[in-house]
Amino acid sequence: MQKIYQSAESALEGLLFDDMTIAAGGFGLSGIPERLIDAIQASGVKDLTIASNNAGIDNEGLGKLLRTRQVKKMISSYVGENKEFERQYLAGELEVEFCPQGTLAERMRAGGAGIPGFYTKTGVGTQVAEGKEVKLFDGEEYILELGIRADLAIVKGWKADECGNLMFRKTARNFNFPAATCGKICVAEVEEIVPVGSLDPDCIHLPSIYVNRLILGAPYEKKIEFRTVRQREAA
Amino acid sequence: MATQVETKGWTRDQMAARAAKELRDGFYVNLGIGIPTLVANHVPQGMTVTLQSENGMLGIGPFPYDDEVDADLINAGKQTISQLPQTSYFDSAQSFAMIRGGHIDLAVLGGMEVSEKGDLANWMVPGKMIKGMGGAMDLVAGVKKIIVVMEHVSKNGDPKFIPECTLPLTGRNVIDMIITDLAVFQRPDHDSPFRLIELAPGVTRGEVREKTSAHYLE
Repeated sequence: MQKIYQSAESALEGLLFDDMTIAAGGFGLSGIPERLIDAIQASGVKDLTIASNNAGIDNEGLGKLLRTRQVKKMISSYVGENKEFERQYLAGELEVEFCPQGTLAERMRAGGAGIPGFYTKTGVGTQVAEGKEVKLFDGEEYILELGIRADLAIVKGWKADECGNLMFRKTARNFNFPAATCGKICVAEVEEIVPVGSLDPDCIHLPSIYVNRLILGAPYEKKIEFRTVRQREAA
Repeated sequence: MATQVETKGWTRDQMAARAAKELRDGFYVNLGIGIPTLVANHVPQGMTVTLQSENGMLGIGPFPYDDEVDADLINAGKQTISQLPQTSYFDSAQSFAMIRGGHIDLAVLGGMEVSEKGDLANWMVPGKMIKGMGGAMDLVAGVKKIIVVMEHVSKNGDPKFIPECTLPLTGRNVIDMIITDLAVFQRPDHDSPFRLIELAPGVTRGEVREKTSAHYLE
């Protein structure tokens, strides 16, 4: 069984179709599956529903798919810093389902864990609760949120071994874990692929069972949205 | 001729310092964007406070030195940060499990409006571009104590602590304490009204009353 593919295009072969749902990892521009996004853009697949915490920025990350009008609907918690998104949204060309960040993460986790829905306090009494079932537990209100099961998950990892065990790095882990689990099929891109046995089994973040296809995406430029630094005190 | 009104009340940094007085040793804390972020600069000497970043980190360190900037290490405001010896990383589902599950002791957030019943509105203004609620709805629903830090009145001079929120809610009956540039309001539980417990320097009870439409105890 060979999980490693030579390019993002070949790794996505046979997986893309119009009107499909894709779950994507990443937070801001940190830990976004950029090679796979580029390949999806190049494929021309359209009317996509994408579950992702953010929608990239102008022409970075998922912003690229917005620019080419391949996205029909976004399921996101925060979409600031994106002019093209704003334009399409205000013009009614793009559907957006705003979902609280923790609810979105849990919807992916639940979808991947075989849990079709769950009750949460998040959003009770707000617009988010509109049209959703309300249930009382110990006298407190909770709303029903549904798990997300995506046709495809695209994620970015740090290191993988050849069978698809995956490690993330620092805060680039974010939505990559829950997104990977909720895809009917998951394609991962990583910075480094190492031989089986090179990773400490106790330090695997995403077990190989969740990773169906794998590509080496390096080298990465890794863009930064807000570069904030402190000055070094004079020696 | 209008004359320049003498500066009184708290500055943004002083509001953050006032919020920092609510920190306790051993607290796990989530700070929102803006004034709440400044609270990190006022953690008392000798007190251990661990800051949580909802994109998957416990133990946020200061901004990095220029040559240590790491694109894989950012806070919830997408700013580059650094890690500490006690730092841990985790995924977004785990991050919000600890938020929703009541494991975070305190969150300090910004606000557009707070109602006298403790409702918070801070995520959208109808007619303006909606950016989204991010993690704010999860935080107010799950964190043990919620402090809102905001200007007492809007740019137009309208009260922001009001009987009923006019903007879409972030959470219903979720706020425990309000710190403005003029005063501090607190309530002991979510069934009680807010009480005015502190005035900023040079601010009178009368002025607070005049700039507040919410009902509160004096």
